[in-house]
Amino acid sequence: MKVAIVSYGMGNLASVRRAFEDIGAEAYIAARPADLYNANRIVLPGVGAFAEGMKRLQDGGWVEALQDVVMRQRKPMLGICLGMQMLASAGYEGGLSRGLGFVPGEVKRLDALGCKLRIPHVGWNEVRYKTNDALFCEIPDLSDFYFVHSFAFTPENDEHLIATTHYDCLVAAAIRKDNIYGCQFHPEKSSKAGRQLLKNFMVHSPC
Amino acid sequence: MLKVRIIPTLLWKNFGLVKGIGFDSWRRVGPVLPAIKVYNSRDVDELIFADITASQQGNAPDFDLVSDFSEECAVPLTVGGGITSLDHIASLLNAGADKIAINTAAYANPKLIEAATGHFGAQCVVGSIDVRKLDGGRYSCFSHSATVDTGRESVEWARELADRGVGEILLTSIDRDGTMLGYDVDIIERVARAVDIPVIASGGAGNYQHMIDAVLKAGASAVAAASMFHFTEQTPAGAKSAMQAAGIPVRRNFVSNIH
Repeated sequence: MKVAIVSYGMGNLASVRRAFEDIGAEAYIAARPADLYNANRIVLPGVGAFAEGMKRLQDGGWVEALQDVVMRQRKPMLGICLGMQMLASAGYEGGLSRGLGFVPGEVKRLDALGCKLRIPHVGWNEVRYKTNDALFCEIPDLSDFYFVHSFAFTPENDEHLIATTHYDCLVAAAIRKDNIYGCQFHPEKSSKAGRQLLKNFMVHSPC
Repeated sequence: MLKVRIIPTLLWKNFGLVKGIGFDSWRRVGPVLPAIKVYNSRDVDELIFADITASQQGNAPDFDLVSDFSEECAVPLTVGGGITSLDHIASLLNAGADKIAINTAAYANPKLIEAATGHFGAQCVVGSIDVRKLDGGRYSCFSHSATVDTGRESVEWARELADRGVGEILLTSIDRDGTMLGYDVDIIERVARAVDIPVIASGGAGNYQHMIDAVLKAGASAVAAASMFHFTEQTPAGAKSAMQAAGIPVRRNFVSNIH
């Protein structure tokens, strides 16, 4: 099972690759859009700002390739943190900009969602499941995952929200639309729970 | 609910892990890799790794070293020491760091902070401040591993770093460092009040009650410790139990969750 990790110049790619290797997956860094076609799974990691991230995806020719392999070929995809946020229709970080539009919704700063606590939201927080999604197989509800972010995804369609966390306001912790997954927390840095989640993403079948 | 993090700090000097007192009298505590493996197997919340000689000697971060360490680390790893450019940060992230801490370079070149947070995001950049209480009660910021007084007042500098975009403040008391006499609750509280980003208390932790005080009295979002874990029987897991008993939310272990 091959996992392509999109390398568009934003992110802790080494951490992500190692986490997948840890669970026995064959993970590789996709340096060019053409590299996505050999993979069984696509991972879009991300550390940084929305506008900058989208610009890099566009400039690198990734947008068309992702549309092709994820939307047409239906390869399972996991967006992590900024990688999840960029699945949205639009984001407000670094000025209003268009996202990939794979999952309808918007990305706004936590305080715009009603959060009055310290921003960024950094640390381990409980994830509460909304649905019985296969992504969380074998992981108890309310397990802690590692978050570090200032912006959050608000899906247009509530059905796409599969897990939430609470940080003074309700925050989308994980989303799913068909073959497309996103998590706001960092599974690659969430120790054992995170490893299990990545395993589930690889298996991609209901419990 | 967001959990209060307990963060072991690993200090690197030349060839091994060290721990000093007041940023001096360094004592070897052994090789790094086994320490990271142990902390990783014990499922700590996060790790901070700092090369304490890099800035003092004008060296760049040791990327290969970080790569070796990060391989063994399944929790967030913050790396500091010798960072002076965006290239350094990019290379550290490529080597497996999740966050980077900037200290010395920020005084001479505060714009580095804005450039770093603009490029890599606020959540990736930790502003590290080493403070010493001077006669008269003023807290001054020191650079180059506590050897140079920058003349900057600590609360004001913390506020400036926050304004320039860092995602967290790592606040270390040079006076308390290695003493295990407790954090400097006073300065932590003043900094935590002055900024609206998370503050990590560092320097002086000697027992679990010190950690509880840093959170409940000073408002720290996380507590870092080195000597206490290196030189006493106390552990991050023990700290969690004690903090939980004091009503502080801490992360539960994934495995114990199932059973």
